[in-house]
Amino acid sequence: MIWTNAIIQGLLTGGLYALLACGLSLIFGVMRIVNLSHGDFSILAAYGVVALAMHTNLILAIVLVLPVMALLGYLLQRGVLNRSLSKGALTPLLITFAFSIIIQNILLQIFSSDNRSVQSGRFASMSFKISKNLQIGALPLFTFLVGVLLTLGLHYFLTHSRVGRALRASSDDPGAADLVGINNRHIYGIATAIGLFAAGIGGVLFGMRTQFAPSFGPIALIFAFESVIIGGLGSLWGTLIGGIVLGIGQSIGAQIQPSYGVLAGHLVFIAILIFRPQGLMPKQKGK
Amino acid sequence: MTITYAVSRGTKINKILPFVFTALTIALIALPKVFAIPYQVKFVQAFILIILATMWNLLAGFGGLVSIGQQAFIGIGAYSLVYLADIQGINPFIGLVLAAVICGVFAFPLSFLVFRLSGGYFAIGTWVIAEIIKLFVVQVTVLGGGSGISFGAFAGMGRETRIAAIYWSALAAIFLTLLSTILLMRSKLGLALTAIRDDQTAAGVLGVNVLRNRRTVFVLVSMGFGLAGGLVTMSNLRVQPDDIFSVNYSAIMIFMVVIGGLGTIEGPIFGAIFYYFLQDRLKDYGTWYLIILGLLGIAIVSLAPEGLWGWISRNKVSFFATKYRISQMNKEKGA
Repeated sequence: MIWTNAIIQGLLTGGLYALLACGLSLIFGVMRIVNLSHGDFSILAAYGVVALAMHTNLILAIVLVLPVMALLGYLLQRGVLNRSLSKGALTPLLITFAFSIIIQNILLQIFSSDNRSVQSGRFASMSFKISKNLQIGALPLFTFLVGVLLTLGLHYFLTHSRVGRALRASSDDPGAADLVGINNRHIYGIATAIGLFAAGIGGVLFGMRTQFAPSFGPIALIFAFESVIIGGLGSLWGTLIGGIVLGIGQSIGAQIQPSYGVLAGHLVFIAILIFRPQGLMPKQKGK
Repeated sequence: MTITYAVSRGTKINKILPFVFTALTIALIALPKVFAIPYQVKFVQAFILIILATMWNLLAGFGGLVSIGQQAFIGIGAYSLVYLADIQGINPFIGLVLAAVICGVFAFPLSFLVFRLSGGYFAIGTWVIAEIIKLFVVQVTVLGGGSGISFGAFAGMGRETRIAAIYWSALAAIFLTLLSTILLMRSKLGLALTAIRDDQTAAGVLGVNVLRNRRTVFVLVSMGFGLAGGLVTMSNLRVQPDDIFSVNYSAIMIFMVVIGGLGTIEGPIFGAIFYYFLQDRLKDYGTWYLIILGLLGIAIVSLAPEGLWGWISRNKVSFFATKYRISQMNKEKGA
């Protein structure tokens, strides 16, 4: 029963990792940029909500912060990152690493290194009793559902909408996309906007579940990255599965001994790298 | 009139430089006899920065392997030294050399793991490895666990002797790393690395074993990071997992190399010295200092990607003759 519980809790946490990761996966998929500041943007959004929620209610704070994240993503892409794309793979990597350091230290300057959390009141402690020993928290369940819905939504967006098709076209062949009248720079801006929007959702839910500090960005990035690699590059559903596998790995590890949780997740990642480097659900060729 | 060309290494300046470097080396060896302890300590810090920048540049600038997890080897080097000198009772200076060797021994199998990832994912992959090693070290009670361990091998030594000994160790380490970098870049491996960095596929087609060459440089560089880690332990007299495995090391290394000029030998040295003085000036500003470093880094990468050294030298001056250049032998007067 303890193990069933650990697996279910891990599964639900996996939804959170998928949220932290799907933007990373999308930005890499479209522009081949690995956004080293992805986790920091998640934490930034969480701090944004904490700051706004002091003056207004939580829902409004979230509704205000998420579009700002998207706008920030669009502006950073068009203002800074687009210029770096032609200069090889190293430049965008260095720039996003610099973003990471800048965000962390700005947050440290404003909010200090004290732990904060996004207060969601009664919602945080609500739970459904399944059986005598098994309870499912409302917040983890909600997070998981948001993770699945966002993956579903992004998938639908990429396959069925006009902008989504343009995104895939830019990803497959920017030159040809340009020929048929797609403005790659604008499309890249949209990709980063969606990426940071998703990072923001992940960050806010992360902040509701646990306490966080400005230095938590890198750990969020590492979990997101492990989800992407475990799931397989270039596949949104893979990223969701990767997040779930990572979550289950961590919660089983933590069940053995609390301090082993994160380490167990890392070991799952290493095992995948050794035995299945293409990930569990790699993008199929020609699809 | 036919024009003939000559292929040479380096420029005229390289004919005088060996003498300058010899003089500089002798001066640096004699330094503890002249300068007081605080200056020696400062030199040790600068030497460590130069070693770190040179090694990171060798990996990323020449090997094309952008890693943000090399603190793994700084940490392994640091803890190896503590283990060998304090727990096994080995002479700390021999321990420093052995610590570097241990880093190489760790780097070899780890390379098989991280080389499965490429580009940006390689960068994060190395970082995860560093985190994992840290998590393991924290579990080891003999090494002090999460709160760290003091380095006691110098306990019986007087302060003056100790600082001078650390200074000479750092000098030997920087001499060794710089010399091996120059020799490496003049060797066949250096040529292969440059080819791989410029075009991996083309180099592979021409018969360069991409993976093997990269693995060699990864292992060699990790030994250099191990030396640096050992030196950090010697000068701080304490190792703490959160500090020694901190990703800030990567941030600093990237900053120094990018500011100085990626892919040259002079650039990172220049960048390290620049960073040393910058840090000295700005350290009172706390978090602003890192924000400024980040902004400066973005500006340099976007506007002057060849770095300060590239900007100053305009690719015409090279202290270390590692590149081939073509010059016209018989210049026509007035042409």
